[in-house]
Amino acid sequence: MRRAVPLLIGFAPVGLVVGIVAAGKGLSLLEATLMSGLVYAGAAQLVALDLWQDPVSPLAAALAALAVNLRMAPMGAVLAPWLDRLRGWRVWGTLLTLVDHSFALSVAEMRSGGRDAGFLLGTGFCIWLQWVGTTMLGHTLADVVRLPPGHPLFFAGLGAFVGMLVPLWRGARDLVPWGVAAAVAVAANRAGLGAPWPVLAGALSGAAAGAAMEAAPGPRAPGGHR
Amino acid sequence: MTTLRWDALLAILGMWAATYLCRAGGYAVLRAVRLPRFAQAMLQHLPGALFVAYVAPALLAGGVASWAGAAAVVGVQVATRNLGLAMLAGIGAAWAASLAA
Repeated sequence: MRRAVPLLIGFAPVGLVVGIVAAGKGLSLLEATLMSGLVYAGAAQLVALDLWQDPVSPLAAALAALAVNLRMAPMGAVLAPWLDRLRGWRVWGTLLTLVDHSFALSVAEMRSGGRDAGFLLGTGFCIWLQWVGTTMLGHTLADVVRLPPGHPLFFAGLGAFVGMLVPLWRGARDLVPWGVAAAVAVAANRAGLGAPWPVLAGALSGAAAGAAMEAAPGPRAPGGHR
Repeated sequence: MTTLRWDALLAILGMWAATYLCRAGGYAVLRAVRLPRFAQAMLQHLPGALFVAYVAPALLAGGVASWAGAAAVVGVQVATRNLGLAMLAGIGAAWAASLAA
C-alpha cells in the first residue's frame, strides 16, 4: 500500500481537475462522484465531459470511454501470470480496479519476483479512494479555485508516468522498443490522430520491435511468461 | 448537489461498462486463445513501450517546463528510488522553469 502513496501526490491535481470540470458541465456532486467511482479512468472522464451536453448522450460517453481506454486491454494480458493464480470472481473483481498506475507498479513488482496478485488490487483500491476523494473535493471547490490550463501543477499527472518508467527500464535492450514507441506515438500525434491511437500505435509498434529483436538472432530462448 | 438525472446515470453506466470491457477484455481473450510466440514476446515489451508512447507526445507539447520537470523526476527517481520525492522535485522544476520562461 505504501507504494501507492507517491501516486496520491501525483494524481491529486488530476482528480481535482475532473471534479472542477464536472461541476462546470453541470454535473451534481452525486453524479460526479458516481462517475469517478464507477468509471475510474481520468483521461476517459475528461474526454467524455468534453462531449457532455444537455441532454447527455449516453452512447457518445460510452464510445469515448471505449476509445480512450482501449489501451487497458493489453494490460490485463501482461499481468496474466498473476491473474492466472486467482480463482473465479477474484480475477474479474481485481480487473475492475485496474488503472495505469496500479498496472505500472504491479509490472515492476512482478519483474522483481513478486507473486502476490493482491498487490494489483491493493494499489488499485488505494488510488481509487484518492480518486473519488479528490473528485469530490474538486467539485466542492469549483467555485473557489481557478487553475488555468497549463498551470505547472498539471505536470504532476505527466510526471507520475515519467517516474514510473524508471523501474520499468531493464537496460540497453529496452532502448530500441522505447525509441520506436516514442517515435511512432509522436508521429501519430502529429498526424492529428486523437486518443487512444497514438498510445496504442506507439505501444504496439514498440513492443513488436522488441519482440522482433529477440526473434532475429535465431531460435533463442523466447521471453514467454515469467 | 444530489440530483441524479437519468441521462447522466445512463451515460455513467455506459462508460463504466465500456471501460470494464477494456480492463477485462485483454485478459479474457488471452484465457481463451493461445498466443503465438511473437505475441507473447510482445507482451514482455509492452509495459515500457506503452508508457513511453503515453509520455512522449505530451512532453514534446509541454515545452521547456515539462522537459525540466521530467529531467528532475528521472534524476531524483534514479538517485533515491522514491517516487514521491521524484514527483515533488518534478513539479518544483516544472514550476521554476515556467516562471523563468
